[in-house]
Amino acid sequence: MQDPPRPETLVAAVAAFLRAEIAPQIKDVANFQLRVAINALELVARQLVLAPGSDAAELRSLEKLLGRTGTLDELNTALCGAIGDGSAKLESRQLQRHLWSTTMAKLAVDQPSYATYKRALAQDG
Amino acid sequence: MQSAAGIDEEPFAAGLTACIQRCVAGAQKITNLVRLSGGASQETWSFRAVGPGVDRALILRRQPDTIGIAPKLPLATEAALMRAAGAAGVPSPHVLHVLAAADGIGEGFLMDHIAGETIARKLLRNEEFAAARPKLPLQVGAILARIHALQPGNLPPLPITSARKELAELRDAYHRDGQPRPVFELAFRWLAERAPSDPATPSVVHGDFRTGNLIVGGEGIRAVLDWELACRGDPVRDLGWFCTISWRFGAIDKPAGGFGSREELLAGYQAAGGRPVSLQELYYWEVFGSLRWGVFCLSMRARSAGKDRSLERAMIGRRASEAEIDLLHLIAPLGD
Repeated sequence: MQDPPRPETLVAAVAAFLRAEIAPQIKDVANFQLRVAINALELVARQLVLAPGSDAAELRSLEKLLGRTGTLDELNTALCGAIGDGSAKLESRQLQRHLWSTTMAKLAVDQPSYATYKRALAQDG
Repeated sequence: MQSAAGIDEEPFAAGLTACIQRCVAGAQKITNLVRLSGGASQETWSFRAVGPGVDRALILRRQPDTIGIAPKLPLATEAALMRAAGAAGVPSPHVLHVLAAADGIGEGFLMDHIAGETIARKLLRNEEFAAARPKLPLQVGAILARIHALQPGNLPPLPITSARKELAELRDAYHRDGQPRPVFELAFRWLAERAPSDPATPSVVHGDFRTGNLIVGGEGIRAVLDWELACRGDPVRDLGWFCTISWRFGAIDKPAGGFGSREELLAGYQAAGGRPVSLQELYYWEVFGSLRWGVFCLSMRARSAGKDRSLERAMIGRRASEAEIDLLHLIAPLGD
């Protein structure tokens, strides 16, 4: 077992340091690129915290939807096939709920400030 | 000498100097040469042509002949489109010169630099554009009507496309990416079932008409840029792309680019001679736009894993999920 601090804590600390201490000293193109790099570190920190739980939930939801077991990749590929051949339909409430919850989990990592995501969070209560 | 973007600019600065000596009367040298943007296949440079009594701000769009990535359209075609659009009343930078083989600095063209703002965040929020914002939907509508009325017979050949053809191309790019995306599958199906019939006479379509590719001043739009995705096809595609949720840059309740309503955009379009467009037609191309943007994000990621190792491109790969949530919002809204 590895000792603390945990990876997500360290990555978040590096991002916070770069944002507060370094970014103000860097200008122009390099500043833009540094900010992209900081955003990437913050994304990684969010994924380290959130993905274990959201991946497990997505797997359970896919198993229920498709009535079989498999890896996330296998089951997502199977769901794509079912949508493509029309056996999984847009009108299905269960499918809609599944797609909304998995997509919300992606946005929570990728871009939690995205307007459509924030609107959906507020609507969801 | 290396520019900020890491391109060796010495050999081409000499060629560019010789070129402006030939095509800008009185100009002797170039100063302030700065690379503005661009990926591996295309570059945009800003500089000044200077001489006795001459100091002219210019832009060079260029594809170096050393790089083997084909651009979407030849830059000479882009220049011809800008000239034709300018002549038809579309605000366009004056194109001074299209590079020839004799210039020895690759393919491209020189145009006048137009002062103004392109960054969406500033255009949507800064006080200096407060008066321009409400005018933009009508102006965009009018500009698009003029673009769609351009006569293709007077232009270099443009690829002809349609909803079905482009959906097939987007599907290929999605499959090449390899990551299974149920939301994209659903959107492909939704768009295929509702695809409009191919227009009998495909219009000239800009292909990437959105904030970011427009130069705006306090009074409104000063120039339309970036014709590299131009083609002939369904003109409503340009209107829908401008309204695509990602191109509202956070102002999601103002569908026309974050500036105003669809009704204003369509009123401007029709007043300038565009054909009547229904909200339903526009909606189709907004859904199409979100899927198109999502697939573009995947292609950016693919490129960042190859020759063009850019962190920015890699991070754009993580924006495919923004297209997914927008697609769900459009075709499977919450609480319906």
